[in-house]
Amino acid sequence: MKSFIALLLIGISLQVSAQGKYFTRNGTITFFSSTPVEDIKAENFGVMAILDAETGQLEFSLLMKSFNFKKALMQEHFNENYVESDIYPKSTFKGEVLNLSDIDFSAPGTYPVQVKGQLTIHGETRDVTTDGEIVVSEKGVALKAEFPVKPADYKIEIPKVVENKIAQEILVTVSTELEPFKR
Amino acid sequence: MKKFAGIVFLFIGISLSAQDDGESLLDLLGEEETTNYATASFKATRIINSPSIENVSEGVLDFRISHRFGRVNSGAQEFFGLDAATIRLGLDYGITDRLMVGIGRSTVQKAVDGFVKYKLLRQSTGKKNMPITLSLYSSMMINWQDWPEPERENYFTSRLTYTYQVLIGRKFSKSTSLMLMPTMVHRNLVDNTSIANDVYAIGIGGRQKITSRLAITAEYYYVLPDQIEEIYTNSLSVGVDIETGGHVFQLHMTNSLGMMDKQYITETTGEWGAGDIHIGFNISRVFTIKDRNKDKVEKKKEKDDW
Repeated sequence: MKSFIALLLIGISLQVSAQGKYFTRNGTITFFSSTPVEDIKAENFGVMAILDAETGQLEFSLLMKSFNFKKALMQEHFNENYVESDIYPKSTFKGEVLNLSDIDFSAPGTYPVQVKGQLTIHGETRDVTTDGEIVVSEKGVALKAEFPVKPADYKIEIPKVVENKIAQEILVTVSTELEPFKR
Repeated sequence: MKKFAGIVFLFIGISLSAQDDGESLLDLLGEEETTNYATASFKATRIINSPSIENVSEGVLDFRISHRFGRVNSGAQEFFGLDAATIRLGLDYGITDRLMVGIGRSTVQKAVDGFVKYKLLRQSTGKKNMPITLSLYSSMMINWQDWPEPERENYFTSRLTYTYQVLIGRKFSKSTSLMLMPTMVHRNLVDNTSIANDVYAIGIGGRQKITSRLAITAEYYYVLPDQIEEIYTNSLSVGVDIETGGHVFQLHMTNSLGMMDKQYITETTGEWGAGDIHIGFNISRVFTIKDRNKDKVEKKKEKDDW
C-alpha cells in the first residue's frame, strides 16, 4: 500500500514537471516597417525564449545583429546608426501571461492570451501589453503575437533624410515554437 | 519507513526545484557564446584612392563614380582646377561576403582595370577572437594610350601593370579605424633600365567618425626610395565621407590625379607644398541584385513545418 502511494506521488510529481517550462534557442521574431516609399522587413531566427507554464512568466532575448535584412547596407545602417548594436547588443522582453488559468497545457488547442511586461530595446525599457495566442500541441507550445513599436519611444533617432522611408510605428511579429525544458 | 523517507526526499527535491527560479528565467538556458564580427570599419570599399578592408556584401553591385578636378593652383582662368575633369567609372560586385571583384575605366591613360579582393581574416570578438581584418588585393591595369614610339615593335603585355596588396586593418573603436597596406606594383614596361619594374610601397590609412553619418578619412603611400623617377612624389589624400541611405559621398583633396593603384602609388606628380592639389569626389551607389537571405528564410520555413 505504501509503495502504491509512493508510486502515485511520483506520478503526480512527474505530471507537475511535465507542466514546467518550455524554451527555444532559435525562435523567430520579425519586424516590418511600411511607408509609401519603402517597405522594410527584417527577420531574426536566433531568438531565445522561455515560458514557465506554472507561473506564466515569459522571457525573450535576441541579438540585434542577428536581424537579417534583404539589403546588406540597410542591415549595416540598422546596427551602426539606429540601434547601435555594439553598445546595446541585446533586446529583451520580461513579462507574464495574464490569463494563465485559461490555458490547459495538456490539451492541444489554440488559446488567446494577454501578455504584459517590459520590453528593452536600445537600452530603453518600456511597458508593453499585447494580445497573442498560445498554441498547445504534442511537441510543445507555440507563441504568436503582433504589436507595434515606436522607434522614438526607445530613443532610436531617425534622421530627416530618411524620415519618409522608415515608419513611425514598426510592427513586430513573434512566431516562436517552444519545446519542453528538461534539466 | 524507508519508503516514507524516500517520499519526503522526493518532496524536498520538488520544492527545491520550485524555488530556484532566479532573477531571469533565461539564465536556465545558459548563454551561447557567439562570434561578433567588426562591421563598417570604413564607409566604403575605398578609403579615398586606396582599397579599404570593406567588401561589398554578397549579391550587391556597387556603382562608383570617381572624379578629380584639376590643380587648385592652376589659377582663376581655370577656375582653380574645376574646369578640368578626370574620371573613373567602376562596377564592383560581391560574389560572397568575403570575395569581391571589380572593373573600371579611367580617363587617365585611357586605362581599363580589374581587381579581386578577398577577406582572409575578419576582426572579431567572442567565440572566435581575431584582432585584425586582413584582405588580399590584386589588380591589373591596361594602359590604352597610343604607343609613344609606334615605329618600334610594341607588345600588348607592355601595356600591363599589376598591383598586389595586403590590407591589414583594425576597427579600434566605434569611430576609429586604421589600416596598413604593404604594396608591390609590377610594371611590365618601364622607361629605362635604371627604373625598377617592381616598386615596393607601404600605405597607411584611417577614418575617424564625427557623427554616425560623417567621417574624416586620410591615406598616405610611402614609396621605398630609389625605385621610381624623382619627378614622382608620395600620394597623400584627405577627405570626408558623407553617408545618405544607399549612397556614400566621398569628398577629398589629393595630390594624385590617377585613381587606379599603379597611377596614384607610382605616378603621383603633385606636391602638397606647392599647391598641386586636386579636389575630388567619389560617389558610391549600391544595388541589391540578389536576395541573400532567401536561402536562410526557406531553410527556416522547411524546419518550421510541424
